[in-house]
Amino acid sequence: MFKKIMTKARMQSPWMLHFDCGSCNGCDIEVLACLTPVYDVERFGIINTGNPMHADIFLVTGTVNHRNQKVLRNLYDQIPDPKVVVAIGACGLTGGIFREAWNVIGGVDKVIPVDVYVPGCPAKPEAIIDGVVLGLEKFRGKAETAESISANDFEEEAPCREK
Amino acid sequence: MINKSVLILAGLASGPVLGGVISGFDRILTARFQSRIGPPLLQPFYDVIKLLGKEKVVVNVWQAFCVNAYLTAASIATALFFLRSDLLLILFIQAVGAVFLVVGAFSSTSPYSQAGAHRELLQMLCYEPLLILISVGIYFQTGSFKIESVDAMNQPLLLKLPFLFVVLSFVLTIKLRKSPFDLSTSHHAHQELVKGLLTDYSGPLLALTEIAHWYETVLLLGFCSLFWTTNPIGALLLVGITYLGEIWIDNVSARMNWRWMLGYGWGMGMALSLVNLVWLYAR
Ligand code: SF4
Repeated sequence: MFKKIMTKARMQSPWMLHFDCGSCNGCDIEVLACLTPVYDVERFGIINTGNPMHADIFLVTGTVNHRNQKVLRNLYDQIPDPKVVVAIGACGLTGGIFREAWNVIGGVDKVIPVDVYVPGCPAKPEAIIDGVVLGLEKFRGKAETAESISANDFEEEAPCREK
Repeated sequence: MINKSVLILAGLASGPVLGGVISGFDRILTARFQSRIGPPLLQPFYDVIKLLGKEKVVVNVWQAFCVNAYLTAASIATALFFLRSDLLLILFIQAVGAVFLVVGAFSSTSPYSQAGAHRELLQMLCYEPLLILISVGIYFQTGSFKIESVDAMNQPLLLKLPFLFVVLSFVLTIKLRKSPFDLSTSHHAHQELVKGLLTDYSGPLLALTEIAHWYETVLLLGFCSLFWTTNPIGALLLVGITYLGEIWIDNVSARMNWRWMLGYGWGMGMALSLVNLVWLYAR
């Protein structure tokens, strides 16, 4: 009973943190478009918090490079559990058109565990909202098994990450 | 005795129940003002329940203590209001709670939290004297600081203290964290300092500050209702219109800086209070 209420509350109130991890800003504009009256994600209780300590959903756009991977990891670690990570755009998924650049590590999942991948260049606002909703479904799973991967577990699995 | 305990219970329940519903209405109305649909009415409850279930990250022990002190003070003040106790006592307890919130924010090293705490102190500097002046006006009129004596009036206070009511609505804007006075922390992410004071409160602690804020909302709206005690419909209308006005002001104005707030708050607030008090005295 208590668990049910908690899961419902979690599904109804995902506060998001948006991090531009070196994107061309195309995807960021689409993320912010979700907050405008046209898409109005506050209908689903989604609020843009801008503060990792308050966030539940972590939206990351753009490629990861050797500089900003520390920031990305830091932000991820500051979000209290349970949390969901959504990688957005071709860049966030694999590095996109920047994947060959000398300083680019690749997609977001090279550094932190990603739950939902939203493709597109740029990803459409509809797709982003879909991704967040899919992420919420994972919340349900996570809330029931009370399981979450920490960044440190992930470290060993990431083959391309430089120490 | 039984009556009293019922009143205390009603006071304690009013924050989490009434405060949450009011906040839900507020969010829907704000969304409509911005031509959005807005969240469901129960959204604030979902938020608080979710926050209570999040991992507990405590920046330092002081902060956790301060949050609890803030919540306790706010709930006691509201319960005392329902008991129709002494106005000065209620204001004093509420102020102690607000100070604890600031101390909690100061105890973290985050610059956002610090800046927010400084601004919250300035806000308190602005509205506390005004609240006291309003109580003094009520004292002049009723001859006592007890809320019971306000209830005993056979004429609405609003007719005698119209300017003081304007001052109260001014205080309300600051206390409810509405623009142009949402300096220290804000509900909307379009400001230069969004969460300020609350930056380092997270998870369950943030939920507690939210509940305490609901208590304060109920308390201040209750304060508003004192200006029309002769019939409940009048009181409800007065509170409703005032609150609508607050939401409207929140949506049409931008955030001002603290100098403007202090200058305007003290200048206008004190002048209006003085005019009202002199008028009462001269009669
Ligand atoms: S996916 Fe396309 S639009 Fe998005 S950040 Fe990369 S290049 Fe820009």
